[in-house]
Amino acid sequence: MLLSLLHIAIIAPFLFALVIPFFYKKIPSIHTGWFVLILPTVIFIYLLTFIPTISRGETVTQLLPWVPSLGINFDIHLDGLALLFSLLISGIGVLVILYSIYYLDKNKESLHNFYFYLMMFMGAMLGVVLSGNLMVLYVFWELTSLSSALLIGYWYDREKSRYGSLKSMLVTVSGGFSMLAGFSLLYVITGTFTITEIIAQVDTVAASGLFIPTMILVLLGAFTKSAQFPFHIWLPDAMEAPTPVSAYLHSATMVKAGIYLVARLSPVFSGSSEWFWIVSGFGLFTLLWGSFNAVRQTDLKSILAYSTISQLGMIMSMLGLGSAAAFYGYEAGYTAATVAAVFHLINHSTFKGSLFMVAGIVDHETGTRDIRKLGGLMTFMPITFTISIIGAFSMAGIYPFNGFLSKEMFLESMVEATHITSLNMASLGFIFPLVAWIASVFTFIYSMILVFKTFTGNYQPEKLDKKPHEAPIGMLIPPIILVGLVVIFGFFPNILAHSIIEPAVQSIYPYGLTGVEHFDVHISPWHGFTPALFMTVSIVAVGVLMYLTLTKWQKIYTFLRLHQKDPVNYIYDGIVKRVVPVAKRVTKVPETGLLRDYLAYMYIFLIVAVVFTLYHFGGFAIETANVAEIPIYVWVIVAVIAAAALLIPFLKNRVTAIIATSFVGFLVALLFVMFRAPDLALTQLLVETVTTALFLLCFYHLPELRNEKSKPTFKWTNVIISIGVGVLVTTMALSSLALKSKKGFESIANYFLENAHDFAGGDNVVNVILVDFRGMDTMFEILVLGIAALGIVALIKLKLNGKEDINEK
Amino acid sequence: MEILIALLIGVLFSVATYLLLTKSLLRIVLGTVLLSHGAHLLILTMGGLSQGAAPLLGQEAGSYTDPLPQALILTAIVISFGMTALLLVLTYRTYKAHQTDDLDQLRGRLDE
Repeated sequence: MLLSLLHIAIIAPFLFALVIPFFYKKIPSIHTGWFVLILPTVIFIYLLTFIPTISRGETVTQLLPWVPSLGINFDIHLDGLALLFSLLISGIGVLVILYSIYYLDKNKESLHNFYFYLMMFMGAMLGVVLSGNLMVLYVFWELTSLSSALLIGYWYDREKSRYGSLKSMLVTVSGGFSMLAGFSLLYVITGTFTITEIIAQVDTVAASGLFIPTMILVLLGAFTKSAQFPFHIWLPDAMEAPTPVSAYLHSATMVKAGIYLVARLSPVFSGSSEWFWIVSGFGLFTLLWGSFNAVRQTDLKSILAYSTISQLGMIMSMLGLGSAAAFYGYEAGYTAATVAAVFHLINHSTFKGSLFMVAGIVDHETGTRDIRKLGGLMTFMPITFTISIIGAFSMAGIYPFNGFLSKEMFLESMVEATHITSLNMASLGFIFPLVAWIASVFTFIYSMILVFKTFTGNYQPEKLDKKPHEAPIGMLIPPIILVGLVVIFGFFPNILAHSIIEPAVQSIYPYGLTGVEHFDVHISPWHGFTPALFMTVSIVAVGVLMYLTLTKWQKIYTFLRLHQKDPVNYIYDGIVKRVVPVAKRVTKVPETGLLRDYLAYMYIFLIVAVVFTLYHFGGFAIETANVAEIPIYVWVIVAVIAAAALLIPFLKNRVTAIIATSFVGFLVALLFVMFRAPDLALTQLLVETVTTALFLLCFYHLPELRNEKSKPTFKWTNVIISIGVGVLVTTMALSSLALKSKKGFESIANYFLENAHDFAGGDNVVNVILVDFRGMDTMFEILVLGIAALGIVALIKLKLNGKEDINEK
Repeated sequence: MEILIALLIGVLFSVATYLLLTKSLLRIVLGTVLLSHGAHLLILTMGGLSQGAAPLLGQEAGSYTDPLPQALILTAIVISFGMTALLLVLTYRTYKAHQTDDLDQLRGRLDE
């Protein structure tokens, strides 16, 4: 099938990114962001047109072959979940770009880079959520990591930006790699990369022995991306990015890619207790850790970063809890957690996006984000204050905002979880509501800190660089729209229930539909006096109390040694700092820079490999057929050669050593004579003469041979290695000779002997072979000589100016 | 006969290896020369040292020795000669440039 409009919606941001620098260079009078704004708006409106189709429970599938032979196809699978995410991406994208137009100065900032990265990110993110093929999903997944790292390092002249960028890259890409491994295992199990086909084979996956490794590898990818403990450390450091980026990537969209993946692959894995415990366990701990750490932060964006971590943990834990529904026939009581997860996902994007924008406004208008310097801004920035109070109250879960509803649903499903009887929940189920309650108290406290430490209290003008005033209207519109949604969803939660949430939940539970028409999602603002309501009341009460006594108990962070940096960072920094020195030390051990050592490795390996092979295959053999035939003069010559050779290492005089070597050479020529090889003998004699002459020419310029000064251990290893090599070669020679006569191989020599005269017209068979039968060898041998000659000439004649001698002394 | 020559080859290889593991450039070059001798003899021995006439057809002998290893060795001799010559000149130039033939001193800086 051809490229569909949905494909174009994914590709368009990438193509558009290419022309952004053109706008920036050619039309500098208009802020580049205005041009960029067009595309996400169009995509958002286009995606809105799918709502009727999707809310009917249908899915849109567009096929496009990419690498069909490997099962990798650029297929698009648009269902409720994908639509929800793509609407979030494009919708918040529009608002963030609008906000960035006022946030980033068109004269001071390199906007072409910024919008290029941002468009790249948007396309990649749309690709992640719309892909129907795991490999294509992976490609876009890595593109989001890449563009995120680029955006975090946008102010690349700042050291902290580079640190944060590198950290996010390392963490998310290593997670991405393990995810790739998990996808590959899924392919091994099911034979397909298409998500719907994998879901259809859920029983095969569950029965496979690779089930647990696959699940863990895929979850590693999801957890690193969605900043789950202990991989959350990159997110607070990613706050060095410009605030629009933080609002977009690190609160509303990219960090939810892991959530998306967990939700998307839930149908494949959710039948197992391992999935249930890993996803909800890590989610709960992240929720607790994030909220606990957010309270001690003093930087607005750091508070928001830890808050994001905590809220992502909350959504993750609800998805884990929702997977229990697979055991219970998808009854409403168990699917409630998933409904809450999807609802909170939307809510979190709205209030967190607006809060980040508020933090950006405060930073922009006062010059600082440090809450110790801020205070009393309420009168200067009434609109910003209103926005932030709505956002923060929603985050804390206070009536009547949307956060209240999703927090209620969350608490309710956590209480519900204690009634689960299987999965060890009877004994451990109490953890769920307990952790949820404690974390919600901390959430309440930091939400209050965020608003009241910034906007109320004492105004400290001496600590601020600028005189604060209200932000320009363009900067206020996006957060106003977002908090508008917060309020609307708070009062009319059911607008989204049928159109968005229901289809999304259906995508997470594709099997729940058997026998059931569709999930009837109904979110009521008032649901009676439930345990969740009492929990909320107690959370607010305890939260207020603890906020008022903040200074008294905040010492606990110092006591727990949490006051400086997140303890996980020590591990990360330790690894990063040590990797290079350790690698250097490791390479330094074998790489000594000495020829002797490298040769020793090679020889030792040679000996070990050959001895092992001979031993393993029983290759050693010896043949004693013609021992007796040796004439006495051969004995003598061989003995003399051996003696001369053995003498050479002991000689201290240059000339003697050269003469001894030549002596061996001439005797070898004599051996050639005895073994009926006249041409060899001739050549050997000539070559030996010339070589000796060469040695004698050179020796005049070379220093005297010295006693080798090296450790005795070195010397003896050298001796052992040398003897080993000698024995090895002898053994090989004898064994192959024995093998040759045993197997009775015919030599091809007879062919040459019979045909040399008839075919080549020559009687000297060796010469005929050299120039006729195997003339190619000779040609290249001549070439070798020629190259050697040229090399020698170059070595002697070529003297580059100033580079002749490398005398450092 | 083959066993004896095989032993000789072993001795040549041993000495050559020992020389290659030393620090002096001249000894290393001598080592490569001995190594070539060993290798040439090895090829010849592998071909079988059967007694026969030299492979010159005019002799009208009953059997000839194998001509193929001889051709191979001839090629090898020439190539190892070329290599030895180049190595020798390289040694000469190295010594001229660095005023030492000790490989320990020619090693260069440690942190490269």
